[in-house]
Amino acid sequence: MSKRTDFPVQFDQNGKLRHFLTIQGLSEEILTGILDIAHSFIDFGKREIKKIPLMRGKTMVNLFFEPSTRTRTTFEIAAKRLSADVVNMNATRMSTSKGESILDTVKTLEAMHTDMFVVRDRASGSAQLIASHLPGHVRVINAGDGRHEHPTQAMLDVFTIRQHKQDFSRLRIAIVGDILHSRVARSQIHALNILGAREIRVIGPRTLIPTDIEAMGVGYANNMKDGLEDVDVVIMLRIQRERMDGQLIPSEQEYFARYGLTEETLKFARPDAMVMHPGPINRGLEISSSVADGSRSVILDQITNGIAVRMSIMAHLMGGQEKSKWT
Amino acid sequence: MDNTVSNAIDHLAEQVSSSTIDEPLLIGIHTGGVWIAEILHRKISFNEELGTLDISFYRDDFSRVGLNPQVKASTLPFAIEDRNIILIDDVLYTGRTIRAALNEIFSYGRPASVQLGVLIKRTGRELPIQPDFTGMELDLGSHQQAKLYQHDGILGFGVDEVTAT
Repeated sequence: MSKRTDFPVQFDQNGKLRHFLTIQGLSEEILTGILDIAHSFIDFGKREIKKIPLMRGKTMVNLFFEPSTRTRTTFEIAAKRLSADVVNMNATRMSTSKGESILDTVKTLEAMHTDMFVVRDRASGSAQLIASHLPGHVRVINAGDGRHEHPTQAMLDVFTIRQHKQDFSRLRIAIVGDILHSRVARSQIHALNILGAREIRVIGPRTLIPTDIEAMGVGYANNMKDGLEDVDVVIMLRIQRERMDGQLIPSEQEYFARYGLTEETLKFARPDAMVMHPGPINRGLEISSSVADGSRSVILDQITNGIAVRMSIMAHLMGGQEKSKWT
Repeated sequence: MDNTVSNAIDHLAEQVSSSTIDEPLLIGIHTGGVWIAEILHRKISFNEELGTLDISFYRDDFSRVGLNPQVKASTLPFAIEDRNIILIDDVLYTGRTIRAALNEIFSYGRPASVQLGVLIKRTGRELPIQPDFTGMELDLGSHQQAKLYQHDGILGFGVDEVTAT
């Protein structure tokens, strides 16, 4: 059973998923259900008419308080393939009036009868705050909140892993880079734990690793040789220059020399290890171009899969509860 | 096989095979319709493989009932553009399944024609949809449900009383 009491706002009174805010507290059954439906959506992009009517007549608002290209675009394409009407809001807000201004914006849009909000914000917990202030029929999806979570990215990552490696219980997975500032890593670790991955390791300079990382059921290595040994999946994270407050890495050259993924360092992993990156890539900072564009990289698959996985998550939230009498 | 079902399938197969449709493509609707279509496909010679549709994503009651967690992939192993299609389902009741199936078929392309074959044509239509080929007819009330089942590869059918929910 899932620990649904952790984030009760995600569920309705019948225990059905209502918002998608965090991976934490979701059950294996829910994650697998999302991945299975996403699988049925994969070949939709190849049809002549790439639309199904699951969200016909519904309005989805992409509410991005932080810049984003791929996440916002794939959400937009996903919603349009489900026949929703999509409004893109690239809003900025004053840091001095945080909670108030974000809720005012949302209330205004809600008054225009929006059915679903996809929210990205630099403050952790924003999506949850919004969800708890909206009427019951409105759905909220977290598209990244501060350092907290980026749950749809984690879902498309585990979908891509399952596509190539199937059984999670046999997999050793390494996440390399700036774990401390990474909402992607946090969501990935939760998802991989729920799906029963054999081993999860994080690799990076200690200054970029949360102090309580072992409590998440994760091993730590401070160098690529130890960390990548016998690993089936290597997930590289972007060095987030915009989130670096102080001098957390000595220099970019030194970082690449110690933690960059190159043809050489990739040899520490299993010969069939796959390479992932949530993008955008800093070539020559965390990953070399030859590995990013190489045969073991699934970085472009991740982007393609993002559409099907986000369609599946939206479809899960929008579907109702009543019993069918329809044949 | 249940005698009633087997007679109905024979009757349906007879009509389909004696029709004058030019090089038809056969498509079954999950789940019962695929069972019937598989039998027809074996009995009658078709040039192409059998196609299957899962219409879950096209249902008109999605916002009320949600997704079927057991959605199967639709497989149309042929181009449908300008082809003649025979769509097969087990029970024709309200007509909503066929409406959804037509929508899905048209998302793949524009067929020349679509005809409908059903094993059981029952009463209770809610849409102007009627079959071109019919295995058998049943007069049932709204409290009754005709259901095709398969046990150990043997097809049968039953009528259940539906209790109001």
